[in-house]
Amino acid sequence: MAENEDDNQYRIEEGDNVVLKRGDIYKAVQIQLKKKVIFEKQWIFLDNAVGQLYSTTFEIVSGGNLQPKEDRKEQDTESPADVKVAGTDNRNIVDDGKSQKLTRDDIETLKEQGLKGQEIVQQLIENSSTFTTKTGYAQDKYIKKKKKKYENTVTIVKPTCRVLAMMYHGREPGKICHLRYDTLAQMLTLANVHAGSKVLVFETCAGLVLGAIMERMGGYGSVIQMYPGGGPVRAGVECFGFPAHFHNTLHEFPICHVNALLAGSLDTSAKDPSAGENQIVDRQIGVAAEEQQNQPELEQQDGGPEEQSMETSSAEDQENLEKEKRKEIKAQEKKSKLEEKRRKLAAAAALLGGRNADGLVIASRFHPCPVLLRLIKFLSPSRPFVVFSQYKETLIECYTKLKEQGGTVNLRLTDTWLRHYQVLPNRTHPVLLMSGGGGYLLSGTTVAMDHSKPAGSLQAEGPAPKKQRMDEH
Amino acid sequence: MSFVQYSDLIQDGDVIIVYLGHNSVMPVKVQHGAQTQTRYGVIRHSTQLIGQSYGSKVTCSKGGWVQVLHPTPELWTVALPHRTQILYTTDISIIAMMLELKPGSIVCESGTGSGSLSHAILRTIAPSGHLHTVEFHEQRALKVAEEFKEHRVDHLVTVRNQDVCKDGFGVTGVADAVFLDIPSPWEAVKHAKVALKKHGGHLCSFSPCIEQVQRTCEVLADQAFEEISTVEVLLRIHDVRTVSLPLPDFGPDPSSQTEPGPEEEAPPTPSVNHASITMKTTTPPREMPGHTGYLTFATKPRT
Repeated sequence: MAENEDDNQYRIEEGDNVVLKRGDIYKAVQIQLKKKVIFEKQWIFLDNAVGQLYSTTFEIVSGGNLQPKEDRKEQDTESPADVKVAGTDNRNIVDDGKSQKLTRDDIETLKEQGLKGQEIVQQLIENSSTFTTKTGYAQDKYIKKKKKKYENTVTIVKPTCRVLAMMYHGREPGKICHLRYDTLAQMLTLANVHAGSKVLVFETCAGLVLGAIMERMGGYGSVIQMYPGGGPVRAGVECFGFPAHFHNTLHEFPICHVNALLAGSLDTSAKDPSAGENQIVDRQIGVAAEEQQNQPELEQQDGGPEEQSMETSSAEDQENLEKEKRKEIKAQEKKSKLEEKRRKLAAAAALLGGRNADGLVIASRFHPCPVLLRLIKFLSPSRPFVVFSQYKETLIECYTKLKEQGGTVNLRLTDTWLRHYQVLPNRTHPVLLMSGGGGYLLSGTTVAMDHSKPAGSLQAEGPAPKKQRMDEH
Repeated sequence: MSFVQYSDLIQDGDVIIVYLGHNSVMPVKVQHGAQTQTRYGVIRHSTQLIGQSYGSKVTCSKGGWVQVLHPTPELWTVALPHRTQILYTTDISIIAMMLELKPGSIVCESGTGSGSLSHAILRTIAPSGHLHTVEFHEQRALKVAEEFKEHRVDHLVTVRNQDVCKDGFGVTGVADAVFLDIPSPWEAVKHAKVALKKHGGHLCSFSPCIEQVQRTCEVLADQAFEEISTVEVLLRIHDVRTVSLPLPDFGPDPSSQTEPGPEEEAPPTPSVNHASITMKTTTPPREMPGHTGYLTFATKPRT
């Protein structure tokens, strides 16, 4: 009974954000009834997944419906290689393209007849004239390859940082600035991201970095997303499917107000927004927010085809009255949205105002140097920061500037090298292909600014670097 | 101060990290009345540390200065007293991600060793998770338990002094993740399976030798673990340097002089006196750790 209760938290429900998995291929989707989802060029319906447990593997049956795959073990051991005949080496195998007697059309016919992946592979083996002359190892490899090609299953897993980082890196590396998952892993530790801290994030990685940080904070503490342009991008965060209370810890602040905040012209109004004397500043914020809002609103319209079609039809049919009403509602909505935005801005500004954040993470397509030099000012002393860049040169510049201005120790420019291994009896070796690079990181720790330094820094040009270098060694 | 929560001021009883310069840090236990000897001279705890802000500069008796930092698991990893070979941050990072550690995770670990990984795990699973760590060496188990207390993370961890290969982790069906760093991990796989939750979980085994990996992978497959994969990750450090590269003297260039083109053609011929180009670049260290260990990950399916 307790076990059943325990099970319930692992059941797939309608509306859940899940990840479809086949081998190393992942796709993040939301469970919606009667909705077609494309996965690996196949239409599927996820309806039958509802009520099943996470990590269940499904067979895709006719009509794109899912059917929980039974006897998982049997499938694995039921290797089609009942044929124990094997060659000793490949001296007699000629690549003439004639060894497989089944044609493409034959295979398609088999598929249409509803044969399962396993059965198709069996057919392929039976119709291969060279299979029995291959070595046992080569046979294994052949079966594995064909199985992968004709297998018709999908596993539904819970979204996690590991899964999503691998998914983005595998499917759309351009969207996440080619941030490799192990590099993201380094960032999370180097920035000491943990529950209860206050972390600043500036990222243009579709929200993956932000989501990863939120997962590590587990809904404790606060995350402030500094965002460029019209609004924060959080598609990746949605994929994580966090419980609602996680979003209470997430704050946002437009990077375009950072200069004002640092100069002190923004934070007074933000701290007590109800005070009458601050109305002018409030309005200024409002205007700026309005400007920014135009963009996401456009996006929203693009994103909702239903809404759009509804609007066009009503515009054609209905008269001005309707239109005006709509306008009014819209204006009101806009007003409350604006108010909401201003409130959020004030809250974020209040969080930043103390300049006592516990960590800073930057991973964006923007030049990191000006971003880092501003945002680092919001950190308490003795707190870690980490900057990701696809390009080493930008981080060299960051390093140089930080050394010049002081206020940091433990600066390190690094990247990681990641190699996968094939581990099989007598056939263990590194996998032939490996990632050429996962991006670069600059990490360090803030310290209290040495106040005697700014005065001396002008004349320090010459001797200062030498002194620093001595410290390094 | 706690390893799972920041504070702003140094207090009596805190463990702090004294930053002496690049790649040189030392842990110091702050005690009223105590002194610490550094290469820059003495630091007096009562007057120079207690009540100071973390991140501030402290001038030692010989006039040199150091920075006093709030401890983090990453700083601890480079500062801790080695009682065994330890895991470093690069490997730790990928372990934490692949084991899907987060606040609330229940983790089993063996051996505890010097506690480098343990601290990183504790930081990540706090405030609601728990670490069950098993160390067969009695002194090491006692020492690390003492450190957990000093670092104010003892409420998140249970240290057991036993042999994981014989006695397991001491828990059943509770763990989200298991980490093995022992000489014969294949002997502990069945215990790992017992410790992991019924609905499944992740396992990682760290081994320096490929033969260990080989045997472990075979046993993992036998024990019906899935998604078995082995990786190796290396940290590459880029030292930022300003370099000056001289340009050779090619002698007078007749072609550039006879050319009837615009006058701007002339300047490129560098004057012999400052014929060098200065730039910022990075150089690799002369030597680097080229191998730490292989990391084998596997998933225990629901049973």
